[in-house]
Amino acid sequence: MGIIINADTKAIVQGISGKQGNYHTKLMLDYGTKIVAGVVPGKGGTVANGVPVYDTVKETVEAHSPNASIIFVPAPFAQDAVLEAITNKIKTIVLVTEHVPIKDAINVMAYANQSHVTIIGPNTPGIITPGECKLGIMPANIFKPGSIGVVSRSGTLTYEIASGLTAKGLGQSTCFGVGGDPIVGLNFIEALELFKENPKTKAIVLIGEIGGNMEELTAEYITQERYPKPIVAYVAGRFAPSGKRMGHAGAIIMGKQGTAQSKIEALINAGVKVAEKPSDVTALLVKALLP
Amino acid sequence: MNLFEYETKQEFSKHKISIPKGALITESTQTAQAIANLKPPYLVKAQVLVGGRGKAGGIISAKSEKEVEEAAVKLLEARIRGLLVKQVLIEEKLPIRKELYVGIAIDRFNRSYAVLVSATGGVEIEEIASKTPKAITRTVIDSQSGVRSFHSLAIAKQLGYSGNQLVKLSTIIQKLYQVCIDNDAEMVEINPLAETETGDFVALDARMVIDDNALFRHPEYAAKETEALSLQEALALKNNLSYVKLDGDIGVVGNGAGLVMATLDLLNIFGGKPANFLDLGGGATIEAIAAALQIVFTEPDTKVILVNVLGGITHCDDVAGGIVEAANESKVKKPLVVRLVGTNQQEGQKILANAGISVLESMEEAAKQAVEITRGAQT
Repeated sequence: MGIIINADTKAIVQGISGKQGNYHTKLMLDYGTKIVAGVVPGKGGTVANGVPVYDTVKETVEAHSPNASIIFVPAPFAQDAVLEAITNKIKTIVLVTEHVPIKDAINVMAYANQSHVTIIGPNTPGIITPGECKLGIMPANIFKPGSIGVVSRSGTLTYEIASGLTAKGLGQSTCFGVGGDPIVGLNFIEALELFKENPKTKAIVLIGEIGGNMEELTAEYITQERYPKPIVAYVAGRFAPSGKRMGHAGAIIMGKQGTAQSKIEALINAGVKVAEKPSDVTALLVKALLP
Repeated sequence: MNLFEYETKQEFSKHKISIPKGALITESTQTAQAIANLKPPYLVKAQVLVGGRGKAGGIISAKSEKEVEEAAVKLLEARIRGLLVKQVLIEEKLPIRKELYVGIAIDRFNRSYAVLVSATGGVEIEEIASKTPKAITRTVIDSQSGVRSFHSLAIAKQLGYSGNQLVKLSTIIQKLYQVCIDNDAEMVEINPLAETETGDFVALDARMVIDDNALFRHPEYAAKETEALSLQEALALKNNLSYVKLDGDIGVVGNGAGLVMATLDLLNIFGGKPANFLDLGGGATIEAIAAALQIVFTEPDTKVILVNVLGGITHCDDVAGGIVEAANESKVKKPLVVRLVGTNQQEGQKILANAGISVLESMEEAAKQAVEITRGAQT
């Protein structure tokens, strides 16, 4: 049993008929994820990948009682989709959509906070509890069940590091991406809180990158909490120039703020083992897990 | 997207935030007409999207029409910190008592906006933050209520104002928040906000950054081109690729922002210098991949190209197809180092093997090999 999603998660897909939504619904179903319904306004009554499609989230709730939603709708409609899910009391929302305006993201986060809803993303590869449930676009074969919790700001870099863990026999309890945007839902600190209470998780991998100060604040949290489980981190962008967005909207150094150096220093001071290269993460974890 | 000072001030005007009287010119022959309704003395200000414009000589004081014209001639078509000046703003220079800072920024941790104010404006907020962090007051905004008068009054009070001035300043803070919301800004600042000798508040300089992801709601900005794009930048934009030019000699193409940043870090660790950052994003098509390769092939400084792809939604056979297409079409031949693993890995490796391109499975090995090739090229 990992965090947030497990074998009992019953999910809907908002935007199930789009290219991405359709393709990834199939892969999620293949993985064994319980996708109970899809939502596409105007396509109610049809079937996609063997899953019944409805016009609204409300109808899926009445017919299937889902407890999670994964959203693939285009950015201009993402805010509506999230608010629809929140209004219908869906408690876990994975917002895969990229390029969501900051103002919209801020608005949905305020509603989610009031309604005690967990949002992962926007601009996230999603979340996987290996062997149980996958709500996301990550390649499933690189993960395997185990005791390492992984939380990351990046997609492919997570796959890179997770493959390394899996190759060395270190399975994962739950892996997820917080999203590459400046405004995201569940963050590193909240993830660490959840992993702390999760008995299956024995150690955590944090994958950070330049921009903002989430890593620094997480370091403060780790120190204050005397965090009880070993943490290994990797921070990407040590040689990124200032003032340039590096692929992710959130990955930007402003003047002296948001540099990898500042993040690495803060994490090391908090007792986190920081890997110099992605491939060093596994070795540091093995060492950290030794009795 | 960064707006010019005069564009931001137009938005201020719409929202009734006071700005100095002024006029925009694009040719020095327009000066007489521009200052016909302005009172001396004047400030002649180059419109360029760069910090520290004043220090770089982009703002000139003038007392007469003749001096304004001289300043305009000097600034137009000049370069300020490398950027070409195409427009000049001429404004009345006001007698001022004090310079403040007022800005709205994104607060990532609180997932909202924050109002930043300081009694010591006129210098960049970053400089204030590093020298006197306590001089900045930061107030996180509840996005559902927005900035209400009781919020902005409390902020204005912290700057030491009372009576009529307190209310005036508070109103400006509220209006600035509205400018931010109406324009989908990720940052807007008045720096300095001048307290004039008559006790009024006037926005002397202004900066606003519009959220690129919200441009679909702002066709007035989306249509504008603020910077001339290089050949490579235009090609990247057309194909939805994230591209940043750097100053080294190893061209880099990969999928995923984090993975590409990690690739740049590895090259540096092994003593190499990347020529660029190029993220294909997820699920790139053969055409987009070929365009990415074309971008790095056509960078003159690039001696070797490193492709690092870990395929999830991106398919290795598409990547291989794009590489072969670009390599065949390119007039310049440059050595390629390819790391390709993930979805449809074997199909991809086969396509590359048939084209005589060898493939590695470890990104570290690939980075090392690319660095070694540049060393060989130097000797």
